[in-house]
Amino acid sequence: MSEAMDFKVIGTRPIRPDGVDKVTGRASFGADFSLPGMLEGAVLRSPHAHARIKSIKTDAALAAPGVKAVVTGADFPQVAAGAIEGGEGGGDFADLAGNVIARGKVRYHGHAVAAVAAQSRAQALAALALIEVEYEPLPAVLSLDAALAESAPLIDEGLMTSGLPEPATAPSNLASVIEMGNGDLEAGFAEAALIIERRYQTPTVHQGYIEPHACVGRWGQDDQAMLWCCTQGAFDVRSMTAKVLGQPVGSLKVIPSEIGGGFGGKTTVYLEPLALQLSKKSGRPVRMVMTREEVFRATGPASAATIDLRMGFSQDGKITAAEATMAYEAGAFPGSPVGPGTMCVFAPYRIANFRIKGMDVLVNKPKAAAYRAPGAPQALFATESAMDEAAEKLGIDPIELRLRNAVEEGDSAIYGPKFGPIGLRACLEAAAAHPHYTKAKDAGVGRGVAVGFWFNVGLQSSAEVHINEDGTVTVIEGNPDIGGSRASMALMAAETLGVPYESVRVVVADTETAGFSNVTGGSRVTFATGMAVVEASKDIIAQCCSRAASLWSTDEDMVEWRDGAVHPRPGVNVEATPLSLKDLAGQAGRMGGPLLGKASLNARGAGPGFSVNLCDALVDQETGQVQVKAFTAIQDAGKAIHPSYVEGQLQGGAVQGIGWALNEEYVYSPEGVMENAGFLDYRIPVASDLPMIDTQIIEVPNPGHPYGVRGVGETPIVAPLAAVANAVSASAGVRMTELPLSPPRVLEALDQA
Amino acid sequence: MQGFAYEAPSSLDALRARLAAAQGAGELTQVLAGGTDLLVQMKQGQRAPGLILDIKRVGETQALTVDGESLTIGASVPAAKAKAFPLVAEAFPGLAHAIDLIGSSQIQGRASLGGNLCNASPAGDTIPALIANGFEAQILTAGGLRTLPVEAFVTGVGKNALASGEVLLALKAPVPGPRSGDAYQRFTPRTEMDIAVVGVGARLTLDDAGVIASARIALGAVAPQAFLAEAAGAALVGTRGEPEALEAAAAAAMAAAKPISDKRGSADFRRRICGVLVKRVVAQALERCTTGGAK
Ligand SMILES: Cc1cc2nc3c(=O)[nH]c(=O)nc-3n(C[C@H](O)[C@H](O)[C@H](O)COP(=O)(O)OP(=O)(O)OC[C@H]3O[C@@H](n4cnc5c(N)ncnc54)[C@H](O)[C@@H]3O)c2cc1C
Repeated sequence: MSEAMDFKVIGTRPIRPDGVDKVTGRASFGADFSLPGMLEGAVLRSPHAHARIKSIKTDAALAAPGVKAVVTGADFPQVAAGAIEGGEGGGDFADLAGNVIARGKVRYHGHAVAAVAAQSRAQALAALALIEVEYEPLPAVLSLDAALAESAPLIDEGLMTSGLPEPATAPSNLASVIEMGNGDLEAGFAEAALIIERRYQTPTVHQGYIEPHACVGRWGQDDQAMLWCCTQGAFDVRSMTAKVLGQPVGSLKVIPSEIGGGFGGKTTVYLEPLALQLSKKSGRPVRMVMTREEVFRATGPASAATIDLRMGFSQDGKITAAEATMAYEAGAFPGSPVGPGTMCVFAPYRIANFRIKGMDVLVNKPKAAAYRAPGAPQALFATESAMDEAAEKLGIDPIELRLRNAVEEGDSAIYGPKFGPIGLRACLEAAAAHPHYTKAKDAGVGRGVAVGFWFNVGLQSSAEVHINEDGTVTVIEGNPDIGGSRASMALMAAETLGVPYESVRVVVADTETAGFSNVTGGSRVTFATGMAVVEASKDIIAQCCSRAASLWSTDEDMVEWRDGAVHPRPGVNVEATPLSLKDLAGQAGRMGGPLLGKASLNARGAGPGFSVNLCDALVDQETGQVQVKAFTAIQDAGKAIHPSYVEGQLQGGAVQGIGWALNEEYVYSPEGVMENAGFLDYRIPVASDLPMIDTQIIEVPNPGHPYGVRGVGETPIVAPLAAVANAVSASAGVRMTELPLSPPRVLEALDQA
Repeated sequence: MQGFAYEAPSSLDALRARLAAAQGAGELTQVLAGGTDLLVQMKQGQRAPGLILDIKRVGETQALTVDGESLTIGASVPAAKAKAFPLVAEAFPGLAHAIDLIGSSQIQGRASLGGNLCNASPAGDTIPALIANGFEAQILTAGGLRTLPVEAFVTGVGKNALASGEVLLALKAPVPGPRSGDAYQRFTPRTEMDIAVVGVGARLTLDDAGVIASARIALGAVAPQAFLAEAAGAALVGTRGEPEALEAAAAAAMAAAKPISDKRGSADFRRRICGVLVKRVVAQALERCTTGGAK
């Protein structure tokens, strides 16, 4: 792409196409859908964190008023192991199936054991109480240390650690080990003038999407099934549900609703297979909607992590060696994001000598799910805390210290590939010059700096562009719109076709209408699906050029597309007035039929996203309470297609990261029961807890995208944890290494200082 | 949620008669003011009344008046109205702040002080402010009326002194004289939409010489019910609120506090924050004795 692109609509800030419906309440979300004769489903959940199921009796429930069907694990096929491709969370189909409904054993408090469909929700709930389950409780494993202890109770008796140099000989709670390294670690540390060595810990947190999981399932007598649900990926719901039910993918149609947040947590299935199995048994459509409590007890936390970090620095602040041992809680089934965590932990820096070890560890908690930049916030909390401490001890400005080590274009990333153009240095320089950084701090305030990083991914996407008979444009794609992507698709189509933004409508279609697309995740939609939309638009342009050429009886290379119309090329001697999209659409019937452009691709060339966050925080020395006084998020977007929605991503990620840093955590009883399964005691920040989050978009174009786009959705949550912790550490005068920085924890640290 | 009957009597007599009938028939009755506690509890399955008696149409529960020397706040007056009442805003800024802490604007359009008090959460925000300000509860009984000081009205976690068939009608307190000030502060991890880890209310009155003549300190969320920490108040009387006096009051309050450890904070943390808040609240009330208070 050319550096100096002259955009007409890209970079403007029009109103999003889905905006009016959403602010007026007309948009339909997961729980809004209903069908005639529909039943209401409810789930019986385990009261134990870890127990063997000895028997389940459902007769009384089935005989209860209004009840039409009951299912248990016995109603579902055994699913063979096999990797889940293309999702954010990854993992294995057999584990997915085991998480959807327990068989033989319950692995966490809240694990689904049975489900009921009845004519009303009250009847379904009453019937749940009639299901008799006999349990043999087992000791619960609730922390990384407990899980890895010598004689720890086994969560999965057949689990053999993978990734060890020698195959494991006995089962354990350690699902896998990842190791990578380079250079001479000990020589690097020997060279160091300063070594920072600490243990950093982060708690189990939830994505906190406002919309609970919900779906309606309808099984047909011809064994064709339909699912209406809120999800980040209808095609993923289709493949996962089909697998759990042992059905061919083609027998299932998934229709995504609007989505009230997902943040990675809606890239998997929980209720969908249950609803369909209940529908199959009852012969009626079944709706299932989780309560907030169920969302907390049974869906997607982000992994708690313990990271032992050791970093060596020369006197002038160069990193001489770095070592990380990272243990992430997978929850009850393997698949924490420790893999990406290991790849991210040192990604922003040039480090010749390093060693990284990652461990995926089972505990009796809900199965971890993706959460924005899965694995990276925990990892960079550790590294960026250590960088801050090093800057302080070496007497080097924290931004300067990072500039001295920052990766640049041409450097090999620690995780393998060579970086193309990247914006880390530009973000650091912008931070150093930002008024937030140059202005004096108020008394008692601490200022924190941290860097964020996420790979961003490509994956598969499809798009169709239909030109309507009046020249308006319909874009059909398959990625649920979470952060304003319809607007971005419309902007890219409008830019490519040279038509006004308002003439483009974008449809997020179901799995039988849109071509295949991977999940809305990995910060991939504006990049990869955007690329498909641009290519499909170019397909339209090619068709228009060909039609105009034949109308003008000239060759296709004698014409060109400019400003939304086909023109004869300059110097070509054809008597013709330019033909606009509207002109050609109006004559489509006489020129070969409707104009339909399409593209399907596996997008390569995703551009990594870097950020720098600045945070001012004030600690109340008597109570340990933290006030965030100022926060600035600076990030390289490649190209901001719709700057407001990029800023929204930066602000939203900052807020979620601030919550993770300050007060969010799962509080467990010794028996493994989450004690704060609601928004009163699971403390997401409220508006009055926050300053205005200032943003600055940096644009270092990604050559892998026609308009320079990098993903922007995930990087924003990575830096805030350390930015806040560094600010709090400075204000408190004591280094904080364990999140959340809740008042009791900060007060305890102040006592010890 | 189970089905239930809803009725809204429109006079004191009708209310009393309906209560008596319900009692006679053994109907599980729940009074409704704003419903911001009750509806949540019903949805969570904690309460399943057969009859809901809405008291908002009973005029006495909607009173908001100053009558000579006393302020009356009807039990079902919405928080938004109570906190904006000129006398409350001017002479009871601590209570006004406590009311303002309840939920959000939307919640305050419905939530009442009577509901906050009857619900008797140890963490209810207005209760320490009501106690510090010497409010008494006016109770409708089968045969007439009775009164109880607010500190005697709350009797445990979610428990109050109302007998079956009784209803709280109004809250009444003396209008403060000159050189008097109140304050309330709570500690929560978040700034809003949170529940008090500790709440402290104070009402101080100075004599002509600027010496503290009376002091009432009430503590919330550090015992099964909010209570008057008499020793903490006593530690201030006769002083000018010097740092040592504040320390003594804080120490007395911490000694009187009997907090539990739970997900919202350990007992030690709560006790410690209680001490900090007592000092801050007393300092604020003291300042109001000279700058604020009734004019
Ligand atoms: C989102 C949210 C946030 C909240 N935040 C706070 C907060 O920050 N601080 C706080 O203290 N509270 C808070 N609350 C709780 C609640 O709003 C308050 O306790 C409120 O004052 C209750 O008043 P109400 O009129 O709604 O009571 P209701 O729900 O109507 O009644 C509460 C209870 O008292 C009984 N009752 C009510 N009036 C009488 C009467 N006159 N006689 C006898 N019994 C009666 C009812 O039967 C019921 O058991 C919050 C609630 C919500 C939903």
